[in-house]
Amino acid sequence: MMRRVYMDHAAGKPVDHRIIEAMTPYFSQQYGNPSSLHSWGNEARKVIEDARAKIAALIGARRIEEIFFTSGGTESNNLAIKGVAYRNKDRGNHIVTTTIEHMSVMNTCKSLMKEEFNVTYIPVDKYGVVDIQSLEKALTEKTILVSVMYANGEIGTIQPIKEIGEIVHRKGALLHVDAVAAAGQVPINVDNENIDLMSISSNDMYGPRGIGALYAKTGTRIQPIILGGGQERGLRSGTENVASIVGIGKAAEIAEAEMKTEGERLSGLRDKMIKGLLDRIPSSFLNGHPTQRLPNNANVRFSYIEGESLILSLDMMGIACSSGSACTSKTLEPSHVLLAIGLKHEEAHGSLLFTLGKQNNEADVDYVVNALPDIVKRLRVISPLTPKELLS
Amino acid sequence: MYTEKVMEHFRNPRNMGEIPDADGVGTVGNPVCGDLMTIYIKVRANRLEDIKFKTFGCGAAIATSSMITELAKGKTLEEAMKITRGDVADSLGGLPPIKMHCSNLAADGLHAAIQDYLKKKEAKK
Repeated sequence: MMRRVYMDHAAGKPVDHRIIEAMTPYFSQQYGNPSSLHSWGNEARKVIEDARAKIAALIGARRIEEIFFTSGGTESNNLAIKGVAYRNKDRGNHIVTTTIEHMSVMNTCKSLMKEEFNVTYIPVDKYGVVDIQSLEKALTEKTILVSVMYANGEIGTIQPIKEIGEIVHRKGALLHVDAVAAAGQVPINVDNENIDLMSISSNDMYGPRGIGALYAKTGTRIQPIILGGGQERGLRSGTENVASIVGIGKAAEIAEAEMKTEGERLSGLRDKMIKGLLDRIPSSFLNGHPTQRLPNNANVRFSYIEGESLILSLDMMGIACSSGSACTSKTLEPSHVLLAIGLKHEEAHGSLLFTLGKQNNEADVDYVVNALPDIVKRLRVISPLTPKELLS
Repeated sequence: MYTEKVMEHFRNPRNMGEIPDADGVGTVGNPVCGDLMTIYIKVRANRLEDIKFKTFGCGAAIATSSMITELAKGKTLEEAMKITRGDVADSLGGLPPIKMHCSNLAADGLHAAIQDYLKKKEAKK
């Protein structure tokens, strides 16, 4: 049988068997509603508070009441940005974000621009690091919120969040951090790093999909966007998804315990992968920051060829990864992140994103590094853009 | 998302390459959009004696390039001009809707190559 290598963990991760085990009783054995006053309800209430505590511990939150469960990273980002904007209109109508945010931040900001809010998009440098001077210049007395991602899931670049937070707080604004790609992979401390609100997703930590969390520092004024029975202290109504909440709690606990060893292991594989590809394939380049990057992220671009044909070719070899190409997206536009770091459209089209995970090993990296040179070569032979000297 | 026919042409493209002394060359698309295609033709007695292609692009772009060379080879210029984008897609068992416009450029490339040939022929007179 052909070897199968899954390196698309930014798109989806398998759920850790220990997490499935922890969740299982909460489907048909302990099915009480946490809002109920009887013992079934009490048990459910206890386990969701336990999960809250595990997330608080992972991110250094001072109080477990600062953790609110949502349906995932997208909802957390919507709630943080819209919720703060609507609730703090009396203080100002200006929001600052960056050009490389996830679509759930981008499109939420875009929708606020159709209302009475103004949004400023801060550029990034060629490595994807936020331009601090532009940030300082963008902040005004009307700025109520700044939203910057902790790390970019596509190019892997980690932002200087602590420094950004100091600047934002000096101007009296709040800092929201989308930590979906980073949480569980790199150590984060919301208190030390000046973070007021932070979005987390469960599946990115090997937990189930459809569950996430928002950290909101005590005293942060947020207007709920989902109304109902007043669960999650009124900020997010809807009967608690107890099994999934147990899942994200367990995911946070495992991430906290294993982050250091797994992070070091993945960084080693990542660097071997990047070096192997850049050494063996001419006219190939690393996208994102060379050192300030997520342990699992290898994003490499290959001149003169297009990403979707690379993905199809790799798939024939049993290898799964993603591309920055328009041809793999629903919008037919190449990745806005790759364009924001200054790549030309045709360069963005030829980028491949490999995101490593727990089950990947050295043999997987070797397999990909050995497979890709011939694939790139074949597509370059077909491409009219390839310079003759590269083919000889 | 692609038909087996598309994948087969992607894996084993027909008539890939250049014709150094081509009678007509047509280039369509734009690397900015992610698809660029060059079609080379050799014409003898008003027929496409040879046709080759080079393509930068997605699986659909490469498969449609390969398919157009099969459809056009040996045809008269008039017949070749009548081959449409729809004919190419149909011969491949269909293309995903999103690819019908962006990557289905091969018929345009063929027509551009024939027009180039006719223009050069006109200029020689």
